[in-house]
Amino acid sequence: MTKKTTLSLHIPEARFRPGDTPDFSYLNLPGAGEAQRPPVTAVASETRDLAFGMVRVLDDAGNAVGPWDPKLDADTLRKALRAMMLTRYFDDQMFKAQRQGKTSFYMKCTGEEAVAVGQALALEAGDMCFPTYRQQGLLVARNWPLTDMMSQIYSNGQDRLKGRQLPVLYSAKDAGFFSISGNLATQVPQAVGWAMASAYKRDRRIAAAWIGDGSSAEGDFHHGMVFASVYHAPVLINLVNNQWAISSSQGVAGGEEATFASRAIGFGMPGIRVDGNDLLAVYAVTRWAAERARSNHGPTLIELFTYRVAAHSTSDDPGRYRPGDEEKYWPFGDPVERLKRHLVGLGEWNEERHQALAKELQAEVKAANVEAQRHGILSDGPHHGTDTMFEDVFKEMPWHLQEQLAELNRFEATKEAGHKKEGE
Amino acid sequence: MNMVQALNSAMDVLLKNDPNVLIFGEDVGFFGGVFRCTDGLQQRYSSQRVFDAPIAEGGLIAVAIGMGAYGLRPIVECQFADYIYPGFDQIVSEAARLRYRSGGEFTSPITVRSPYGGGIFGGQTHSQSPEGLFSHVCGIKTVIPSNPYDAKGLLISAVEDDDPVLFLEPKRLYNGPFDGHHDRPVKPWTDQAGADVPAGHYRVPLGKAAIIREGGELTILAYGTMVHVALTATQETGIDAEIIDLRTILPLDIEAIEESVKKTGRCLIVHEATRTGGFGAELSALVQERCFHHLEAPIERVTGWDTPYPHTFEWQYFPGPRRVGEGMRKVMAG
Repeated sequence: MTKKTTLSLHIPEARFRPGDTPDFSYLNLPGAGEAQRPPVTAVASETRDLAFGMVRVLDDAGNAVGPWDPKLDADTLRKALRAMMLTRYFDDQMFKAQRQGKTSFYMKCTGEEAVAVGQALALEAGDMCFPTYRQQGLLVARNWPLTDMMSQIYSNGQDRLKGRQLPVLYSAKDAGFFSISGNLATQVPQAVGWAMASAYKRDRRIAAAWIGDGSSAEGDFHHGMVFASVYHAPVLINLVNNQWAISSSQGVAGGEEATFASRAIGFGMPGIRVDGNDLLAVYAVTRWAAERARSNHGPTLIELFTYRVAAHSTSDDPGRYRPGDEEKYWPFGDPVERLKRHLVGLGEWNEERHQALAKELQAEVKAANVEAQRHGILSDGPHHGTDTMFEDVFKEMPWHLQEQLAELNRFEATKEAGHKKEGE
Repeated sequence: MNMVQALNSAMDVLLKNDPNVLIFGEDVGFFGGVFRCTDGLQQRYSSQRVFDAPIAEGGLIAVAIGMGAYGLRPIVECQFADYIYPGFDQIVSEAARLRYRSGGEFTSPITVRSPYGGGIFGGQTHSQSPEGLFSHVCGIKTVIPSNPYDAKGLLISAVEDDDPVLFLEPKRLYNGPFDGHHDRPVKPWTDQAGADVPAGHYRVPLGKAAIIREGGELTILAYGTMVHVALTATQETGIDAEIIDLRTILPLDIEAIEESVKKTGRCLIVHEATRTGGFGAELSALVQERCFHHLEAPIERVTGWDTPYPHTFEWQYFPGPRRVGEGMRKVMAG
């Protein structure tokens, strides 16, 4: 007879809270080069080890080892290093701009630069990216003008989104960068739809979606996985596990019991977990999945395991819910430093060149910032005309919006007349 | 044609004319839809163009949005409007806002078809009229036909329109007009007004109402099944009402409404949907704002009650010709 016991509710808890000394040894991380590299025709069951294990290429000494080494040439590696550094300086500058009151909001991707940059380099220019708000590195790696991104952040007169969107919710169709929504996870099944459309049209382009560990709990993640699997959609679903959804640890999203990559197996698609701070591993896995999608073998779920070094956003203070120096204990280190060490080891880089590049990129960001601010900042304009607020709701403006526009214009005109009168 | 055949014909024409049109939804492919609206289309156009989808309304609409962003013109079917809510976020936060939030870079030329409305003993989850929820969303058009001719012409317009359109089909009208007299034999569409449907391509414009009956004493604003109820109530009361079938509830044909109410001086609004916060409230406010000095009586609303749609009390809930007639008399007396 079983012993009678009362039920108890399990509430996942972050391992380390403010004041604790973090210890990540529980992760039992596989070493670099250990993961097998199956052919791109692999079926889900052949990726079990990859879904629960981890693809790592760079070892602690900065050497590229194992079957996943993408054997990138030095120019490509330097290009990646440059894009990662530029992304970081861009983040720093825009964070500062928010603190100076030049815009309302910003979100950094510090520590996650290898994800967006490595993946951008592994995809083709025509592939459509469906990012979250933390893949600004995609735009940087695709050489999108920094002033354009900054103008969006400042909501100024040059903002192509006409001041309608919160900062960082970019849209850049020409860069293959889909309009970012504030609603989490919605873009995952949309990316699947885009990929299905591409297959339907017998195109060669594929789609890639990004989602965080936290928002993978949304129904839309499930929808995206089901549709991708059912229709063999040529899509990469990239789950960036930075371990934190604002203040909630990945355990609250279901990361305690299984890896996020392992979700894929149940949907019948390959799942691969990758060291998200290892640019070479990120590139290699993305390339593998892209090749798979492009050759009609269907979708892949990639879990990019990393750590959110910065605060969630400029409105967040992580010191309230996690140790202030937790990132120092994160065993994957810094993606920029790791790639730098690799390049130096190859004899293709040195400290002097690195410092010179750092200076050059910081100057580039500053110059872009000066240029963007010439077109206005949030607090001080100039902005787009208020008329534009009513445009693009529909392709053509219906009567009720025309009336509301006229009403606003009348009101603004009276206001101005009133001000003049007071001033007289 | 009945309304099902008219909708089928519209989709046939759309598939034939534009390779970017494709159709998917639950049971719409091989089987041809639980209401037969897509019958034969997969056989005619291949499973690449017309196919079955997983039971996930949020996924259906999201996938359509992605296809629209690519450049296709997808038609998705939600089996019942009562089951559209899992896709509500995708409609409200994504489809409706994509053009706006991307500064026009990306658009969402999708059409979401869904059977709606009561009068069929559908109970709580096969009878709802959720149009009011969508009329509150900026960036989406909502279309509701009341006869086969309009159904085909409006559906073609909806799919060819570059904005996202919610296309609500009164399932009670699929096989014949229905005036609320549930005790009388069901009439087929044969020989009824609006049943003469051309085989080829034609459009009924979005945003344009139709005057179903001209009259001088009272304006009735209606759409869907209630157009037929209003017509019968008018015959039964002998009140010379002008009946306007809105056809598109957003964008609304405000000119037709204004012109009629200014002529008659009285206005009755009828819909199946629940009253509080329903589209009738918007209609009433607009008429009051724009026709105030012409109004000779308070505006009345005859609607579904503010309860979930019941099963047993179908005919106590559904605003039939007697209740509409009483509403008409009240406005005339006011």
